[in-house]
This record gives sequence, C-alpha cells and structure tokens, in this order.
Amino acid sequence: MTDFGAAFAAAFAMVAGFDPDLAEIVGLSLQVSLLAVGLATVIGLPVGAAVALFRFPGRTALVVALNALMGLPPVVVGLIVYLLLSRAGPFGVLGLLFTPTAMIIAQVLLVTPIIAALTRQVVEDLWVEYEDQMRSLGAGPARALTALLWDGRFTLITAVLAGFGRASAEVGAVMIVGGNIDHVTRVMTTAIALEVSKGDLALALGLGIVLMTLSLAVNAAAFLVKETAQRHYG
Amino acid sequence: MMAPSPSILPLELRDVSFEAGGKRLVKDFSCTFAGGKRSIVLGPNGAGKSLLLRLCHGLIRPSAGEVIWHGAGGGIDPASRQAMVFQRPVMLRRSVAANVDYALSLRGLDRSRRTALVDEALARAGLSRLAASPARVLSVGEQQKLALARVWALKPEVLFLDEPTASLDPSATHGVEEIIAAIHAAGTRIIMTTHDLGQARRLADEVLFLHRGRLLERATAEAFFAQPKNDLAQAFIRGELLWWRRGRDNLAARPGAPSEEGDPPCTVH
Ligand SMILES: Nc1ncnc2c1ncn2[C@@H]1O[C@H](COP(=O)(O)OP(=O)(O)O)[C@@H](O)[C@H]1O
Ligand SMILES: [Mg+2]
Repeated sequence: MTDFGAAFAAAFAMVAGFDPDLAEIVGLSLQVSLLAVGLATVIGLPVGAAVALFRFPGRTALVVALNALMGLPPVVVGLIVYLLLSRAGPFGVLGLLFTPTAMIIAQVLLVTPIIAALTRQVVEDLWVEYEDQMRSLGAGPARALTALLWDGRFTLITAVLAGFGRASAEVGAVMIVGGNIDHVTRVMTTAIALEVSKGDLALALGLGIVLMTLSLAVNAAAFLVKETAQRHYG
Repeated sequence: MMAPSPSILPLELRDVSFEAGGKRLVKDFSCTFAGGKRSIVLGPNGAGKSLLLRLCHGLIRPSAGEVIWHGAGGGIDPASRQAMVFQRPVMLRRSVAANVDYALSLRGLDRSRRTALVDEALARAGLSRLAASPARVLSVGEQQKLALARVWALKPEVLFLDEPTASLDPSATHGVEEIIAAIHAAGTRIIMTTHDLGQARRLADEVLFLHRGRLLERATAEAFFAQPKNDLAQAFIRGELLWWRRGRDNLAARPGAPSEEGDPPCTVH
C-alpha cells in the first residue's frame, strides 16, 4: 500500500516536473499519433465522401469493408505491417521496421477506416437532405463534395478526434512494429505495458495520468465543438 | 436585367408520365409554357404538383414522354437558365451572403462580379442586415426570403416555386409574395404550386388544376376563379370539405339522408 502511494506521489511529481524521460515518451506518442491521424484524415475524408456520393461497382462491398475495418484489432494491423516491413517482406529493403515511421504506418491503417466510415455516413446523410437543392443550383455529387464536407465539418471533427483517441490509446500495433525501443520507439502505451512488469511503477502511472488526461480532453473537445457549433451555425 | 436572348422557352411537356413504386403518379401530362405569365399549379395534397415541378426542372426524369425546352440547343444549357425554390429550402452551413455567393459560383461567375450581385440580391429581399449571419439560424420566413434572394441573384429566365409559403405565417407570406412579384416584374417566367386559393388569386395569371396526377383544367385566372369548367375544380375552389368524395356524397345526398360531409360547403377567401 505504501509502495502504491509512493508510486502515485512519484508519478505526480514526474508529471508536474516535466520529467525528461516522461516528456520524451509523451512527445513521441503525440508526434506519431498526430501524424498518423493527419494522414488518415487526408485519405479518409475524400474516400468516405466519394463512397457516399458516387455509384460504382463494388461500392456496397467497400461500405461493408470500411465498417468492418473500423473494429480492426490493433495487433492484427501490427502483425500485417510487421510482415510487410520485415527484412523478408516486400518492403523490407526500406528498413522501416522498429522506427517511428513503421508505427505511423500501422496507425494510419488503423485510423483511416474509422474516419472514412464516419465521413461516408455524415456525407451520405447530408446528400439526402441537400440533393434536390444542390442539383437545382447546378451541383452534381462531384461539385457538391467539398461543400458537403464543409457543411459536415463539426461532425467530421468529432470523427477525427475519435480517430486520434483510438490511435493514442492503442498498444498492440505500435508494440509489434515499433518494439518499444528506449529513446527511439517507446510511446506511452508500450511504456506502460512494459515498465509495469519491469517495476518502474512511477513512470507507468505518470504516463497513465497523461494518457487519461489526453483522452478526457479529446472527448471534451469533441463534445464542445459539436455543441457550440450547433448553437452558432444551426 | 433579363437573361440573354434567345429564350429557352417555350417549355413543352409531351405525354409526360411518372411512375414510382409501381404507381403512376403523373399521368399523360401535356402542356406548353410560353413566356411572360405567372402560372399557378393548384390542387390538393398529393395531386402531383411537386412531382410536376421536379419533372419540369429536370430533377426527375419522366417514365414516359418528353420534357422539351424548345428554345434550348445551339449551346444553351436550359439548366443554367432556370431555378427552383423548394417548400423547405436547404441553406448551407455558412453565412447568408455566402449562400448566395455559392449559387453564383456554381454558375461560373468569378468573384469580382459576384460581390455586387450578392449585395444587390440581399438588399432586394430585405436581408442586407443579416448578410453575415449564419444562414441556418434564420427564421423559416427569413430562410425562404434568402432562398428567393439566392435564385434572384441567378436572374433565371424561368423560376419554379414549390409551395414557397406553405410553412410561413401571414406576414412572412406577404413578404415572400412581394419578392415573387418583383422577380416576375423583372422579367422572370413564374411557375408555382400552391394549395392556398387566396395566394393563387393574388398571384395567378393562369391556373393549372391538378388532381391525382392529371391535369384537369387550364384556364386564365379570371376564367378559373369565375367558374372552372371541371366540376372537381369547382368543388375545390368552393372549398368544399371532402370535396374529392363528392361523387359518392351526391348519391347519399337524398333529401333527409344524413350528408357525409356534415358541414355545408364553405368558401375560402
Ligand atoms: N418518389 C416517390 N415514390 C413514391 N411515391 C411518390 C414519390 N414522390 C411522390 N410520391 C407520391 O406521389 C403523389 C404526389 O406527390 P406530390 O407531387 O408531392 O404531391 P403534391 O401535389 O402534394 O405536391 C403523392 O401521393 C406522393 O406520396
Ligand atoms: Mg408538394
């Protein structure tokens, strides 16, 4: 019990004092997840909107696939990326395994389906409401696409934040392709997973506190964006 | 002011039918709309008024028959010379001015020309002070005026309006009718639906009476409101309740027999 209390105290001290080890891990985590979510957004928004607006062969299969991929287990994504990047794999020559780049690739695969699937839903609903008006003004699906994304922006921001929440909290994929190498690929989740067993309870708890705070902040931001936007823009 | 000549009119519907869900909802519709007038399409709910406008405007394709813009061709796209105001207009999630601007940008006008047109349209619709407000938080009446300002800026040759005042109070209705009159005065052909007889009397040059997907009568407003030739139309403008059951009621209306209608026919002004 005293161990536990001491660990908590030490954890808070680390967080409050911007402990360099802790700060480095948090920094890398944010860097990996933000970049991954940024890329996933750049891919997911247009893909989701296109699936919502255009009719093409295999569209239904793609919609089902996107929805199914939303729940992709991180370890499976990790495994696939590992196989692709390992020395014997097709992209082995790039030497990316156990680098932050590998972690970003894995998280992009994890988050893109989430953003694309949510975007498809948002844009499809908007198009039902807007179609006659937009066609009347002279905009078919292709020309209306950007206007629809813009009008769905507040819901889409929450979709992106959901993606960020998933990326920053997952441990399976980054563990497999990153390897939790100190000063290189160690991020919050992998550090927590491994430091506990090694006995560095204070660091693990400190990271846990940061992760929790981040998750709460992301959810609060998502809620606030929707609420205030709804009030101001209708 | 007016759309550049030559005109896309006349608009002809030739034996137009529209089917959906195995039902024929618009039946063998033939008529021609030439320039100038204000045509009001009258009829009860479900008569097919909205479908007719959507067919004319090209939002839906006829299952049979043809919709022909006789003046189009030779590089003129009829879609770019017409506009429509819906019963419940859709406003984009941006400012009032930006909504008008977006419509103009879709017609390919460059930014430098758009600004003046946006200001002009908003001023005419009495919305200048709301230019910077988010469009979706306007009242229903203001949104309908904005929808009119948006199409006005496009200076269409033909404007379709589908029950534009159906969800408005009398004062907002008055404002909208004034704008419609002004758009017409500036040279736009008006084709509009309503189930409001008073509005039809105020705005119509001619009336088309629709019932169950058929055009039953077409007459000048004067002739129609004096005495329609079609007996369903007669019943409709007398405002008889349950007027469409007239045929059956007549059978029951023997002296002494209780009338199915209950109330005597009342008149709508
Ligand atoms: N896409 C559709 N599929 C099936 N029925 C439709 C469709 N659109 C309209 N209808 C039906 O067609 C009839 C005429 O509709 P509408 O033109 O909207 O009537 P209104 O005269 O009230 O505007 C109604 O009975 C309506 O339910
Ligand atoms: Mg209607």
